[in-house]
Amino acid sequence: MPEIIRKGAVVQDDWQVVRPEAGQAIGALPPGRIIVPLSLWLAQAEALLARGNVGVWLAGTDDPAQLAPWLERLSLVAVDFPKFTDGRGFSIAYLLRSRFGWRGELRAIGDVLPDQVFYMQRVGFDAFAVRADRSVATALRALKTFSDAYQGSWDNAVPAFRRADRPWPESLGQDSLKTRQQA
Amino acid sequence: MYRYDTIDRTLVNERVEQYRDQLARHLAGELSDDEFRPLRLQNGLYIQRHAPMLRVAIPYGLLSATQLRMLAHIARKYDRGFGHFTTRQNIQYNWPKLEDSADILADLASVEMHAIQTSGNCVRNITSDEFAGIAPDEIVDPRPLAEILRQWSTFHPEFAFLPRKFKIAVNGAAEDRAATAFHDIGLYVLRNIEGELGVRVLVGGGMGRTPIIGHVIRDFLPWKHALTYVEAILRVYNRYGRRDNMYKARIKILVKAIGPEEFTRQVEEEWVEVKDGPGTLTREELDRVSAYFPPPDYESLPDVDADHERLLAENAAFARWVGRSVRPHRVAGYRSVVLSLKKTGVPPGDATAEQMEAVADWSERFGFGEIRVSHEQNLILSDVRIRDLHALWLEAKAVGLATPNIGLITDIIACPGGDFCSLANAKSIPIAEAIQRRFDDLDYIHDIGELNINISGCMNSCGHHHAGHIGILGVDKDGEEWYQVSLGGADGSAAGRGRSAIGKVIGPSFKADDMPDVISKLVDTFVELRDEGERFIDAVDRLGPAPFKARVYASKHEKEALDA
Repeated sequence: MPEIIRKGAVVQDDWQVVRPEAGQAIGALPPGRIIVPLSLWLAQAEALLARGNVGVWLAGTDDPAQLAPWLERLSLVAVDFPKFTDGRGFSIAYLLRSRFGWRGELRAIGDVLPDQVFYMQRVGFDAFAVRADRSVATALRALKTFSDAYQGSWDNAVPAFRRADRPWPESLGQDSLKTRQQA
Repeated sequence: MYRYDTIDRTLVNERVEQYRDQLARHLAGELSDDEFRPLRLQNGLYIQRHAPMLRVAIPYGLLSATQLRMLAHIARKYDRGFGHFTTRQNIQYNWPKLEDSADILADLASVEMHAIQTSGNCVRNITSDEFAGIAPDEIVDPRPLAEILRQWSTFHPEFAFLPRKFKIAVNGAAEDRAATAFHDIGLYVLRNIEGELGVRVLVGGGMGRTPIIGHVIRDFLPWKHALTYVEAILRVYNRYGRRDNMYKARIKILVKAIGPEEFTRQVEEEWVEVKDGPGTLTREELDRVSAYFPPPDYESLPDVDADHERLLAENAAFARWVGRSVRPHRVAGYRSVVLSLKKTGVPPGDATAEQMEAVADWSERFGFGEIRVSHEQNLILSDVRIRDLHALWLEAKAVGLATPNIGLITDIIACPGGDFCSLANAKSIPIAEAIQRRFDDLDYIHDIGELNINISGCMNSCGHHHAGHIGILGVDKDGEEWYQVSLGGADGSAAGRGRSAIGKVIGPSFKADDMPDVISKLVDTFVELRDEGERFIDAVDRLGPAPFKARVYASKHEKEALDA
């Protein structure tokens, strides 16, 4: 069974992503737990709900608002990264969390590499199906790359500038970088 | 100037360690070239013709003496003893070793510098007016907002993989000295009639393959909404900007495709959702960051210095330099000084380690230890007492930094071009040099007056050719280097009467050897047709391109007629 990262730990996982072949409709669905594309969900939501064990994945071109009415009845939502450089999934994840109130598992799928998971976690992903040929352990470590952040996002909406403890210049004292000395 | 606190220091140090690990994994074969590329680019590292190129961020063009000394140290230790200051107020090193790159970043971190997001499809270094805080025409000091934006954009988790690069400029003076309208987002900090602080927001400007002047999408946005509004713009762009074609991926193409009105509607719709949220700026934060940019302890001085006046009268060479390089200052008795990095024979924007150290020393002896980098690729000393100008001039002259050509025909903006850059179609530096050598008579170049020549070695327009009064673009024709010439560009500064304009191509392109003659003919035409006191760009506006084209292409037609 493949390993993924979920809530900061490596776990076995048997969810299967259903991807339509280019230009073709989806045929018979495989047994077990499946993650189907948004288009299939919107076309057959009731039947899929009756089947059970179904999650939905969004592509970069999908509008997360279309999934919003269904979120209460889902247990897993995934966002696809066709290429790791395609950053649309970051905004989609942020919107699912902060605007549409998704609280269940939000999984990054597709070209998910260790060096992107830190940012993914900040915008709301809590599960990472790291690409099979890449190290899950490296990705797990990468979740701890930075211990702080300037700007708010889903993980912490409060930006650094709203913290009371950021210093004013006078309290930083003198050192070699002090440029505004008495001439 | 801004100083790092615990958060800044922590993040920059953790970035160095992250990059060190990525570099090690890449060198060990665990990270493919394709996977490593965006990671190294977001740390400023390109792979160029001869070696990697490292681009170091100089946020809004502001440096301390200590930082400039470190840049000199890096040039000497890891490179060939010089660096290249860019049109985005950054510095580039052309000969570092990939293996050394993490150590260089660590050295930079020790003086509160970095190379974060100086490349890649993310929000780049925030640029601004190099005379911020000292210019008499300043309305609002743009540096606090520029610093707030620097922090907001650094490691923004949602906007690190945009469709394409994203450049933001902030200007706060009557004169636009940041080419603001040529940016993905341009912000003019200003006050409305009620005296309230805010920003005018432009979107979708840019140079490159499709040059466009930015559209005003908000005439006055109260300052506290600056970050949430920028966030809304970035979110719309990140979701809907084209990703299928890198030449059509900049925000300007999206704005053009759906129209500024529809783009604005989408931004406003998104903004409603984040407006007044936690990203809203606070008065405390604005005050706190502003406190990092206090006026230094200026002496109380008269604005006229008798010795200085005498030296001006006695020494024509000094007077000529003062006329071009010395700029007005908001404080009596002080001036800012532009040190020319455009000496003939030196690639525009290049400075040696020794020159950088000399500038750092002057900034402390003659000022308050502060240096600025301009998008015209010169260095500025911000607070020089009038009485020290002569001593500074003598020293600057001795190290080749006192060429009296600021704003003139030889103060050429040029990218590194085909000599270094792997993107270039043609060389830039030899063209700049050939033009500088052609115009070697100081009296004549002063007589010609203000004239910006901007040279780019390819469509990416790092040399801002679209905004040059004369723009030169290197193009590849069947494997040969040719140069396309445009007229009438303007960067928004007073040199073009405050207009932002895209130069128009005058006709077929030229071979490198012909370029000095082409420029001579353009200048001759101007000199013959100008009105009393008229500048080149104003004559181009008045006369249109026709007489210039006729002169430049006449001999060619005659020659073809003879050949026929």
